Amino acid sequence: MSFIDTLVQGVLLGGLYALFAAGLSLVFGIMRLVNLAHGDLIVLAAFLLLVLVTGLGLDPFLAALLAAPLMFGAGWVLQYVLLNRTLGKDVLPPLLVTFGLSIIIQNALLEGFSADSRRISTGALETASVGLGPVTIGFMPLMAFLSAVAVIVCLNLLIYRTAIGRAFRATSDDAVTAGLMGIRPQRIFAMATGLAMVVVTIAALYLGTRANFDPTAGPARLIYAFEAVIIGGLGSLWGTLAGGVILGVAQTLGAAVNPEWQILAGHLAFLAVLLIKPRGLFPRAVD
Amino acid sequence: MSIAIPSKFETRTSASSFPALIAAAVLGLAAAAPFLVSRGAVQDLFFILTMLVLAQSWNLLAGYAGLISVGQQVFVGFGAYAMFGAVILFGIDPIVAILIAGFLAALLAIPTAFFTFRLYGPYFAIGTWVVAEVVRLLLAQWKALGGGTGTSLPREAMRDMTGVGLLRDLFGMKAAQAGDALTYWLALILAVATIGFIYRLLRSKQGLGLAAVRDNEQAARAVGVDARRMKAMVYLATAFLTGLAGALIYVQKARISPDAAFSVTDWTAYVIFIVVIGGIGTIEGPIVGVILFFLLQNSLADFGSWYLLMLGLVGILVMIFAPRGLWGAFSDRTGIQLFPVRRLLVGGPLGHALKGGPHG
Repeated sequence: MSFIDTLVQGVLLGGLYALFAAGLSLVFGIMRLVNLAHGDLIVLAAFLLLVLVTGLGLDPFLAALLAAPLMFGAGWVLQYVLLNRTLGKDVLPPLLVTFGLSIIIQNALLEGFSADSRRISTGALETASVGLGPVTIGFMPLMAFLSAVAVIVCLNLLIYRTAIGRAFRATSDDAVTAGLMGIRPQRIFAMATGLAMVVVTIAALYLGTRANFDPTAGPARLIYAFEAVIIGGLGSLWGTLAGGVILGVAQTLGAAVNPEWQILAGHLAFLAVLLIKPRGLFPRAVD
Repeated sequence: MSIAIPSKFETRTSASSFPALIAAAVLGLAAAAPFLVSRGAVQDLFFILTMLVLAQSWNLLAGYAGLISVGQQVFVGFGAYAMFGAVILFGIDPIVAILIAGFLAALLAIPTAFFTFRLYGPYFAIGTWVVAEVVRLLLAQWKALGGGTGTSLPREAMRDMTGVGLLRDLFGMKAAQAGDALTYWLALILAVATIGFIYRLLRSKQGLGLAAVRDNEQAARAVGVDARRMKAMVYLATAFLTGLAGALIYVQKARISPDAAFSVTDWTAYVIFIVVIGGIGTIEGPIVGVILFFLLQNSLADFGSWYLLMLGLVGILVMIFAPRGLWGAFSDRTGIQLFPVRRLLVGGPLGHALKGGPHG
């Protein structure tokens, strides 16, 4: 029975990783930009939530609702003012600029909040659980997984069913031609990053309530997000969810054998997929 | 009428011949440093030289081969651990162990490249980082070398290191002082050899191929440059150099832990800022960068995380407003190149020298 339990916990953890990855995937899909500060932005959002929850005494979910538009604005400005300048044929500038950004966010958070581990309290929900057949599931991990599914459904609807989604796809295919059709790629990119920051806020909510986090927790989240994207295959959000689930299950199985092996097992699963299917399990994009 | 093809070229410029003399004088002074300056200053110079080796290696990888890695700490850490393993488990002399570590790091680069070369551009960067994490986690399991908490080099190994006895007898140095002088000279040799190797490589046929791949990979392949092989060779060479530097750094530190040896900040972030601020894609850039970095670190180290924050900010500003770095901006304005790799045609039917593109 404990095996099934481990498996279920792993799947739910995968939901969290899919949330980490969805924003990264969205931004890459639209502007071929890999944001090395993605993990640090998740941690930044978690600290924002922490301030709202402890400072204003808000409920974490309400705080996320409040933080989401703030993060959208921050993402929009970040893309419009800074990251748009780095886009081009050369892959070096965006990587180095976002790497610098990652160092800045980490050290600014260290300066502002010290290196202590923090956690966002959800009160009674922390220990609430749902009985599901033979296994008992924590309420918050279940919410994280369901949120990941909801985020992916919403993003897919947005990308494939709305005017703004059409503009996203057009700009992704050919920014110059899209520009001729009256789309302003610079604004589309800013919009996409803003949207990614909303997903980041949701991810931060579940990161902050699930476990401890500190200012240097970002890079590890970036790596999990990246692994989920590559395992799932570029360009497919459902693939990213599958990638997150595989990563989560590998980690919980590894941890069940030896707690020290949790992270390592996830990395090894990633390398195994890279070895067998270099383009991921459900590839969609050509690049 | 046939098209005349100039048969000769050279890369020497008038600005590069005269400084050769100065360079020789600087090298002479640098070699004599342990006799001229305090032990603390020798340690500072050691730090500068080893960072320079790491920066030159990363610059070759990112600036010339277009392989942007944020996982070079894997070769620093692995080289350091290989050296510790050779000394502690097999009782090998630390100096010999450094060489072994370099070769083992190059060996590690083969499976590493096998995985990371499957990833394109930006994903390659994060892929190298994952590999570094995997190696760190695996080595943290190695209980004989201290596991997660790390271990120290045995005192006898340092005392009996080749050359230490000789320095003690010849110059009456104390063991610790002789150890510092020895590691400093090794760092100097390694730095000079690294720059010499990169300069020679860039002036060779392979270097021309490399520049062609960087500027336009498809065009380079069309004229017969094997881009993949080229990149793989550069990746292996930088792994070797980085592994040597890592082992040397940890002979001097004499204490290792997985978190320190595989630190992204110390061995990759700093190195990237040195190269970017100094000038990526030039040999002079990392030299300028490392000196600036050292001065900044010395004057701002008390500010802790503010210092890193500022370094990140300066890095971003340079990348956006002066993407060729301080040296690139200086060189563009003055035309001075100390290590010219641009090919200038001489002789043949063309009376005047033909200028190539900005990178030759």
